[in-house]
Amino acid sequence: MEKEILRLLTKNARMSVEEIADRLSTDSESVAAIIKKLEDDNIIKGYIVVVNEEELEEHQVKAMIEVKVTPDRSQGFDNVAKRISKFPEVTNVYLVSGGYDLRIEVVGQNLQEVALFVSSKLSTIDGVISTVTHFLLKKYKQAGVIIHNEEENERLKISP
Amino acid sequence: MNDLKSVRNKNRIADNIKDIPKSGIRDFFELVNTMKDVISLGIGEPDFTTPWTIREAAIYSIEKGMTSYTSNLGIMSLRKEICKYVDKYYGVSYKPENECIITVGVSEALDLILRAVINPGDEVIYHEPCYVSYRAEILMARGVPVVLNTYEKNDFSLDPDELEKKITPKTKLLILNFPCNPTGATLSQEQRERIAEIAVKHDLLVITDEIYSELTYENRQPTIASLPGMRDRTIFLHGFSKAFAMTGFRIGYACGPDDFIDAMMKIHQYSMLCAPTTAQIAAEEALKNCMKDMESMRTEYMQRRNVIVKHLNEIGLKCYKPKGSFYVFPRISDTGMTSMEFAQGLLKKHNVAVVPGTAFGACGEGFVRCSYASSMENIVEAVKRMELFIKKS
Ligand SMILES: Cc1ncc(COP(=O)(O)O)c(C=O)c1O
Repeated sequence: MEKEILRLLTKNARMSVEEIADRLSTDSESVAAIIKKLEDDNIIKGYIVVVNEEELEEHQVKAMIEVKVTPDRSQGFDNVAKRISKFPEVTNVYLVSGGYDLRIEVVGQNLQEVALFVSSKLSTIDGVISTVTHFLLKKYKQAGVIIHNEEENERLKISP
Repeated sequence: MNDLKSVRNKNRIADNIKDIPKSGIRDFFELVNTMKDVISLGIGEPDFTTPWTIREAAIYSIEKGMTSYTSNLGIMSLRKEICKYVDKYYGVSYKPENECIITVGVSEALDLILRAVINPGDEVIYHEPCYVSYRAEILMARGVPVVLNTYEKNDFSLDPDELEKKITPKTKLLILNFPCNPTGATLSQEQRERIAEIAVKHDLLVITDEIYSELTYENRQPTIASLPGMRDRTIFLHGFSKAFAMTGFRIGYACGPDDFIDAMMKIHQYSMLCAPTTAQIAAEEALKNCMKDMESMRTEYMQRRNVIVKHLNEIGLKCYKPKGSFYVFPRISDTGMTSMEFAQGLLKKHNVAVVPGTAFGACGEGFVRCSYASSMENIVEAVKRMELFIKKS
């Protein structure tokens, strides 16, 4: 049940406790208790909204940055990664395999702000060897959600 | 100039076709179509779009120019996949070479087998409430339809004793459809075994329409064809419409003993030639790579079922929790209305469409079919409106 609740919330974090209970043929109290436990156990870390920024009046600039790092002898990549994570303008930090080590995502009000962050904050961190910055141009899909919906196909209203 | 009346004289249409009534769902459909903004629980097909990998396989095959006829029986690699699948999930093995035929939906497969085995006057037993095509298909094949009613008190499952009472020396064939459209009923293993014994005892042929079998919310059941003495007298019908959300692709299949398949193939060869090539390729992709997609659709259907059954019972429309398909069949007779009055009233006053139970046979009176192949939002809103409707009536 825990797994199923997690799956449902991953698809729609706003699904009500009552609906989850009805779907799983149980009562709301049990569902609420399980969700609370998932939160307390640090399994559910937060609930986020998938926004189509194009529809907003003002939108922020986003960048994905590839970062090469010299790993620390005792801590590996953790020290640098944790340090980078502390900056509020950094939204995501992942350790990845391949040609670079950390992939981070940054938001700013404009290009200059992001560029400044990279040159003055990020590149100067001990252990950071190099960075490559990719500015986000258009978003097609995020967190499993397709941003620009296709027209829906209409089914017959009654069929056998 | 000949006037129309004389050209369209009363003998133009064959008697046995003239006499077949139009599907009971048809009139209601016309009515629904005149209305705007209807929330429909009247839809007998998945609300999911066909999984993308399946659509992509179809598109790719067209790009590659795979647009010619296939063998009459269907693409060999698809038949192989189907036989593997049927063996794995239903416990019977068929040879792809001569015991499997790809058809244009279960619809065509049903037509083929009925035409292949019925001599005029042979009796065919089928259970009601049932899918709207059975009776007409039997008539068009010049058989004599014999109805076996199923009842709410048995969760609309088939009572083997009642079945035995319907058998006469002329009975040739029995049609089974479990999980059932429109009731969602399933058979227990014990019932299945009893029915098989009866079929063997009276030397009946059995058609089993397993189109909803993936949508079983407990373990998937073995087919009756896998029981002792049954393989050689059973034709197993299945397709891709429901489980893989592929209704418009129009692909079904039949597996059975080679003499059945051979006879079906004769009709199919002359009347259809082969099932659409693009759709056959799409179906192969479904079996090879889309079990996960199918399972996640099933999970969603199951949860919607839980919700709709609970809400319907809460507003006083009694319904049991069906174990399969995507329909519930609540009783509405306590409202004092007939099925048709209920469905028409609900549609006209609250813009919600459900299908009157009588569309599926006379013993569907007192019930309506609600499909939960619709979004959760629609389901919840539709039941809310039903509550308003019942209270005001
Ligand atoms: C019980 C049953 N059999 C057969 C069919 C037809 O399926 P197909 O799309 O494979 O022709 C349906 C469709 O609603 C059905 O409900």
